[in-house]
Amino acid sequence: MTSGLWELVLKGVWTTVQLLVFSTLLAIAVSFVVGVARTHRLWIVRFVAGFYTEVFRGTSALVMIFWVFFVLPVAFGWQLVPMWAGTLALGLTYGAYGSEIVRGALNAVDPAQKEGGIALGFTPWQRLRLIVLPQAVPEMIPTFCNLLIELLKGTALVSVMGMGDLTFSANLVRLALQQSAEIYTYILLIYFVIAFVLTRLMRGLEKRLKAGVGKDPGTEWAARELKRAQTTGVGAAGGAGMGGGAA
Amino acid sequence: MKWDWNAVSDFMPAFWHGLLVTLEALALGSLVSFTLGLVWTLLMRTPARWVRWPVGVVTEFVRNTPLLVQLFFLFYVLPEWGLTFSALATGVFAVGLHYSTYTMQVYRAGIEAVPVGQWEAATALNLPRRRTWTAVILPQAIRRVVPALGNYVIAMLKDTPMLMVITVPEMLQRARLFSQQHFQFTEPITVIGVAFILISYLASLLLRALERRLVR
Repeated sequence: MTSGLWELVLKGVWTTVQLLVFSTLLAIAVSFVVGVARTHRLWIVRFVAGFYTEVFRGTSALVMIFWVFFVLPVAFGWQLVPMWAGTLALGLTYGAYGSEIVRGALNAVDPAQKEGGIALGFTPWQRLRLIVLPQAVPEMIPTFCNLLIELLKGTALVSVMGMGDLTFSANLVRLALQQSAEIYTYILLIYFVIAFVLTRLMRGLEKRLKAGVGKDPGTEWAARELKRAQTTGVGAAGGAGMGGGAA
Repeated sequence: MKWDWNAVSDFMPAFWHGLLVTLEALALGSLVSFTLGLVWTLLMRTPARWVRWPVGVVTEFVRNTPLLVQLFFLFYVLPEWGLTFSALATGVFAVGLHYSTYTMQVYRAGIEAVPVGQWEAATALNLPRRRTWTAVILPQAIRRVVPALGNYVIAMLKDTPMLMVITVPEMLQRARLFSQQHFQFTEPITVIGVAFILISYLASLLLRALERRLVR
């Protein structure tokens, strides 16, 4: 490959990284807002949040991207810049998966901890901020790491809309070179390296956060793996006892 | 916003054909991923290091790279290597291969969840290794993993629209062709969006019923 083509690929890497950062930020915000809303004491708040989760987990990310790129401009007259359209579609979709992670981790906090907060006269907001979240967040990290990798792989979808990300530039280079094996192998390797770096970063973060609440970063691998499948599927809300509780 | 019901009814014939192709790809893809996943899992349990190592590297690589790029790779590279398949076959293989790296983890978790006492009992009964697997371990492991596998079927359903990029005429491809011919984007894309929600919701209900029967 010539240097000009490599430049194209590097531009693609930059677009992919930008899209990844923006949509991760949106997805985290959505995850926490919707996830906390699903444990709210008012049923209507829980219902609206649950409805959101079902809709965005139920549709395919690619269909959602089509919808944002084609239907929003025609139906509502909102023409978004490609980067924001991609961010919106990916952030809202993966945020719906993330909200399930947040909900699960919030429910996993020992009820006695919340009761302790009530006994001390904390407001609900104080209980959430000072007692529940510091204990729940370290539990979320491994599952969020998996979701982050899914999101990275999801960014490739925007190439279908002609947005110049890594996958899109790969297709351009393929047309220029007429050699598919070479370029696609490079592109897959680049994605793999990004995923590897992300996994390492998240593992470091997990260790640090778990040390903060005095927990061993050791893993209960089997149980987590069976649980992980739960956030991938749809409508498994409340479907506890996945796989009969792996030992 | 205006909604045109005529466009919906015009789109319906194409929609049904697309739905059939989507479900066909889903069924075959699930089959491939279930089988390959079990093969990977068993290979990863062999004592031979030279088997485990490459299988581990390859599956890790496949799991952490985008299915979309893998689709492009298989669709354009296989013919260069002299292997020509139909678009649907290529798509089914790509989806099956990608998700086999997920089902592999599920099988592994399921096998590790079988109590050690069951292995010991099989040894005590002097069962041959093959019998131990087929009569003792796998029946218990598979029971545990069915719900998790089902969730991956739903995940696969939501990834089938990607087959559009290699010209498989599934739902999204039909919607795209329809929109380009009639300049009506809102209706077909919304229709298939709703269809995806309905199918995955129905599937999750089925799955929960199955889960209740299997896991008690």
